[in-house]
Amino acid sequence: MSFNIVVLAKQVPDTRNVGKDAMKADGTVNRAALPAIFNPEDLNALEQALRIKEKVPGTVVHLLTMGPVRAAEIIRESLYRGADDGFLLSGREFAGSDTLATSYALSCAIRKLGKIDLILCGRQAIDGDTAQVGPQVAEKLGLPQITYAEDIIEITKKNITVKRRLERGVEIVKGPLPILVTVNGTAAPCRPRNAKLTLKYKHAATPSEKQESGSDYTDLYDAHPYLNITEWGANDIEHDPKWLGLSGSPTKVKKIDNIVFTAKESKRLTGSDFEIESLMKELIANHTIG
Amino acid sequence: MNNLFVYLEIEDGIVKDVSLELLTKGRSLAKQLNCKLEAVAIGYQLENIPKQVFPYGVEVLHLADDKRFVPYTTQPHASVLIHLFKEEKPQIALLGATSLGRDLGPRVSSALFSGLTADCTSLEIGDYEDKKAGKVYKNLLYQIRPAFGGNIVATIVNPDCRPQMATVREGVMKKEIFDPKHTGEIRRLEVSKYVSDQDFVIEVIERHIEKTKIDIKSAPIIVSGGYGVGSAENFKLLYELAEVLGGEVGASRAAVDAGFAEHERQIGQTGTTVRPKLYIACGISGQIQHIAGMQESAMIIAINSDPNAPINKIADYIITGRVEDVLPKMIKYYKKNTK
Repeated sequence: MSFNIVVLAKQVPDTRNVGKDAMKADGTVNRAALPAIFNPEDLNALEQALRIKEKVPGTVVHLLTMGPVRAAEIIRESLYRGADDGFLLSGREFAGSDTLATSYALSCAIRKLGKIDLILCGRQAIDGDTAQVGPQVAEKLGLPQITYAEDIIEITKKNITVKRRLERGVEIVKGPLPILVTVNGTAAPCRPRNAKLTLKYKHAATPSEKQESGSDYTDLYDAHPYLNITEWGANDIEHDPKWLGLSGSPTKVKKIDNIVFTAKESKRLTGSDFEIESLMKELIANHTIG
Repeated sequence: MNNLFVYLEIEDGIVKDVSLELLTKGRSLAKQLNCKLEAVAIGYQLENIPKQVFPYGVEVLHLADDKRFVPYTTQPHASVLIHLFKEEKPQIALLGATSLGRDLGPRVSSALFSGLTADCTSLEIGDYEDKKAGKVYKNLLYQIRPAFGGNIVATIVNPDCRPQMATVREGVMKKEIFDPKHTGEIRRLEVSKYVSDQDFVIEVIERHIEKTKIDIKSAPIIVSGGYGVGSAENFKLLYELAEVLGGEVGASRAAVDAGFAEHERQIGQTGTTVRPKLYIACGISGQIQHIAGMQESAMIIAINSDPNAPINKIADYIITGRVEDVLPKMIKYYKKNTK
């Protein structure tokens, strides 16, 4: 018994650490100032996959991501931590995808990977916080789904048992394989990079990256085929063009507004005893407190 | 046909507040669109549902009653909605942005190829011009939500696909009874036509759902802490102040992520929206996603060691100082002056 697992991951701008230079003077977002990172909850999903791989010899963990050329960074990051191989879905055809078109493209790529027992992904990505791609991929593949997983309690040849973390409690559910499971940020954090694997995969690259770097390492990649990160364009996956990219995206952005809060007239206080006491007296007097 | 549908989330026979809030909003949107407000209840022993929702102006209530619908699992509920929506062709479908709604919504939207916008903070009706296609769409649902970590607000539309689907978090819309005597039509669905045995593949082995112990939504006073509070230990001061003032403790996403406070206390775009009469923000810098969830507070006091913290802009009182110095003084002088 062994499993074929796909982990879906996304490279995202780090919206959690929006510093002062992240907003331009005109109030728009300065994307260049935000570092691109491995979506945090996708790392939790990767960890769950690696745990199964440890327990069940012969298990293979594939990493699949859709994004621009530089998204290969998170594939390498996954290889450093123990994934077996990575696939980058990239190309103009995918540009402008909303969650539905993204799910469609990912589902086509997963079909190409052959027999898969388990698909794992983070609950949501921090740039959109929609939590839609997981369930939509499951629906496109006609698979059941378990969302909000905190721990995979057991996986057998036929079933998976999962602890779910909900708003106000926990649930333990059992479902049949193949299945898609979305993993919560409350699940175990991902293990750090493994030093040996980091050395081994340091030069792993997609064809586009090799072309961009311009250097000729043909011998290196011939001798070590595992360094080749697979890159698929739309032509490499079986698809209906009308469901990809913009045309496959039912939602359109009508407009984007920058958030402007009307500044209030505020009173400034120091933390002195006198000022704090006056404030408390005032709040009691006007019945805000007390 | 082409009406506005709300999926009713039910726990122990009670329709959740988030669904009642959506009915209230749905009623006003339906009025603007001159269409009916319909609701769908999927569960078991639903006799008490009609009297809970008709006062909110529901005109047609669909009941799918079957023992197997409880506890909730994704596919059976999704199948009912997918089939019902194919028959009824709603123009709009709304769900709560709860863990259930966020599990169910995308599944349904994917099957119907209809767009879904998660976590809307506002819903409006308006027109949309597709300049490339030279087409004008009348009376679309504007799905308005913060994006990009809450740094911008996007207005999303679904020009061509129906239903236009959106989820909204609890507390974002206000719930209001339309008419206590209002009543509508009940339609009982023949369940076997809507679900198949293959839908029931997930087995719920154990379920522990706690009643909400923490009720920040209805607290009149909230003492809220951010990453700047520094530690879970320092958060104890917030609890102390909240207790003497008779309020609750809230937290920013950063504080929750850092493990200073429970997730239930999170205020903001990805947490709860609150409107207390007093909001005391301690060590909160004021990321937009947080401000979006508390800006309607009647009075805001910001305590921050950074005199230029963004939250100061919306504060009535700005106290520049360390949280661990200021809070003990507030407790002390409150006690002194109320005795």
